[in-house]
Amino acid sequence: MNFFKNIRTFNGGIHPPEEKQITKDLPLETMPDPEMIVLPTVQHIGRPAKIIAEKGKIVAAGEVIAEADGYISSPVLSSVCGKVEKIGMNSTVSGFQKECIFISKSDNGEIRKYDPINPEYASLDEIRTRIKIAGIVGQGGAAFPTFVKLSPPATKKIEYLIINGCECEPYLTRDYRLMLERPADIIAGLKISMKASGAETGIIGIEENKQDAINILSKLVENENRIFVESVKTKYPQGAEKMLIKAVTGREVPPGKLPVEVGAVIQNVGTAVEVYEAVVKGNPPLYTWLTVSGKGIKNPKNLKVKIGTPLEQVINFCGGLTQDAVKIIAGGPMMGVGQYELSAPVMKATSGIIVLTESEIHSHQETNCLRCGKCIQVCPMNLLPTRLAKLSQLGRIEEAESLGINSCMECGSCVYGCPANIPLVQWIRIGKKSLLKLNQQKKTV
Amino acid sequence: METGLIIAIATMGGLGLLFAGGLAFADKKLRVTENPLIGKVFEVLPGANCGGCGKAGCYDFAVNVVEGKAKINGCPVGGNETAEKIAQILGVEKGVSEKMLPRVLCRGGNKEAVKKMTEYLGPVSCEAITIISGGDKLCAYGCVGGGDCVNACPFDAMYMNDNGLPEILEDICTGCGICAKVCPRNVIEMHPATRTVFVLCKNQDEPKTAKEVCSVACIGCGICARKSEGGIEMRGYLPVINYDKLDEGLIPFDKCKTGAIVNLKKLS
Repeated sequence: MNFFKNIRTFNGGIHPPEEKQITKDLPLETMPDPEMIVLPTVQHIGRPAKIIAEKGKIVAAGEVIAEADGYISSPVLSSVCGKVEKIGMNSTVSGFQKECIFISKSDNGEIRKYDPINPEYASLDEIRTRIKIAGIVGQGGAAFPTFVKLSPPATKKIEYLIINGCECEPYLTRDYRLMLERPADIIAGLKISMKASGAETGIIGIEENKQDAINILSKLVENENRIFVESVKTKYPQGAEKMLIKAVTGREVPPGKLPVEVGAVIQNVGTAVEVYEAVVKGNPPLYTWLTVSGKGIKNPKNLKVKIGTPLEQVINFCGGLTQDAVKIIAGGPMMGVGQYELSAPVMKATSGIIVLTESEIHSHQETNCLRCGKCIQVCPMNLLPTRLAKLSQLGRIEEAESLGINSCMECGSCVYGCPANIPLVQWIRIGKKSLLKLNQQKKTV
Repeated sequence: METGLIIAIATMGGLGLLFAGGLAFADKKLRVTENPLIGKVFEVLPGANCGGCGKAGCYDFAVNVVEGKAKINGCPVGGNETAEKIAQILGVEKGVSEKMLPRVLCRGGNKEAVKKMTEYLGPVSCEAITIISGGDKLCAYGCVGGGDCVNACPFDAMYMNDNGLPEILEDICTGCGICAKVCPRNVIEMHPATRTVFVLCKNQDEPKTAKEVCSVACIGCGICARKSEGGIEMRGYLPVINYDKLDEGLIPFDKCKTGAIVNLKKLS
């Protein structure tokens, strides 16, 4: 009867080749610590952390070396025991030079652990404070500080806590591996987050193509009456916040608003595991999980690496690049950022390193718009990408604003299907930036 | 038959009178009197509507000048001549309006600037290039070569040269300053045309890095500042010229190792 079953999803979207078979069956492997780690002060959305470590100081793993500056900010913890060698600029996976702390590893040293908390008896504030001081940020990609998400404003009530196990980006399999290997921890993390946010219902949203993960998690929540596992359609960008909320709750987040507006909070499976580790076990988040994949890498792997490991060493650990590798992306191939310098470190929310070869990237000559409307069909936010891109190109920014350019989440679905190879999302990004500038100018005048 | 005719004439005539009365009333009561000076000032303006004065086109500028909200010499395109004409119309003293020219303060073209190992394939626009890691040049301060200034110039007074840097045709340039406004890296600055001494570099890296990223970058040695007796001040690794105190004779142009500080008068 599956044929008649209404599969939950959203309007629009695309289905690029998944390419997940490369790393799907490889268990998460722990990479040995590198000699030197590089920790940028900006690994999250919000104000950069304020450096408190000094050059030459010995730090323990888990020690705070840069503290949160303001409400929407997050502290940076040293991920190894060692000596602060240098504080200076280094490239980051975002593509820009940012202030970083360089720490050389020493073999002996302590790990600063927290006191384990029993979530059954702990107070709400206790859990939130733990998540805050541990510097946990959303692992889904945007790196929004988790404690901010879990502390809704007094006027809003959170009904749903949704765990995002969609992993709609091609190539990436780290969320899938986490769901297979640590399902109990994910559910424990979900329960803690539900308590911290006051959510009544917990939902784990997983794309249909990860059937074994759905089976394992469904079995574990059989006896829970507040937690459900929901299978959603395999489609990009199903894992985007607003799309997943639409799919599992049927609610639409208003433009320019956060999910909390419709009573929902979304958390990545990785974040749930980190929350569990920090609260119940007392382990500070020193690691991140990532998928190293693509045809350009010799031995693709699913890895658990220390935050701050330079990309180059991760790639070397995976056997290095093949001869025909042409493009290195941090994150997924759809929304990740192309890298030009491999000294950039793995950050808190880096979910993958994808190395592509010439056969996997398609760089074609741009031609004129055919007015086929394919981009409009696939836009998950129901925008008019071709019009927005043109307006942005012509500098008619206010017109673009009235057509909702700010609702674009830059998923890139429009460019994926464009037969004329127009860099639509790139132009829209420029338009959004110009709009920001324009609004700032208006404020100052 | 006759009554019908009379009714028709009376109705039409009555209506005509009514509307004529309405128009006459509107003419007296709702009349907007435009200051005749606005029209006169508008006539002497260049009419390019470039927005260089900061107002929404030439007419808006004329309105503002007559109302005293804009300066008489506020039109950078018309320059001194227009300011004089406006002063005559308004019967006031004209201020001094110097012709302004944009200066491209970067010499790191495709030949000089060191490239990253990667290639930039996105849309050709400085704005786009600066969003994505700053394009394919290593220097984080210099011209990225996307040509936003050339596209923005309303007078076609700019072009990109073979080396990937913008050039200004000074004879055509009106000094409206749009190019300086659109440059995302602030490489283009507006200066009075009489100024000839410039530091043609924006790089603020420490000397070692500056040398690595560009062969003609200012390496911040500070020799120009030391010899200038206050005319040049070092801010970090970059000299900043104070044009009020500058004495051209004191600047050791030939001592500059990378030739970053120049006197355009001597060059031409």
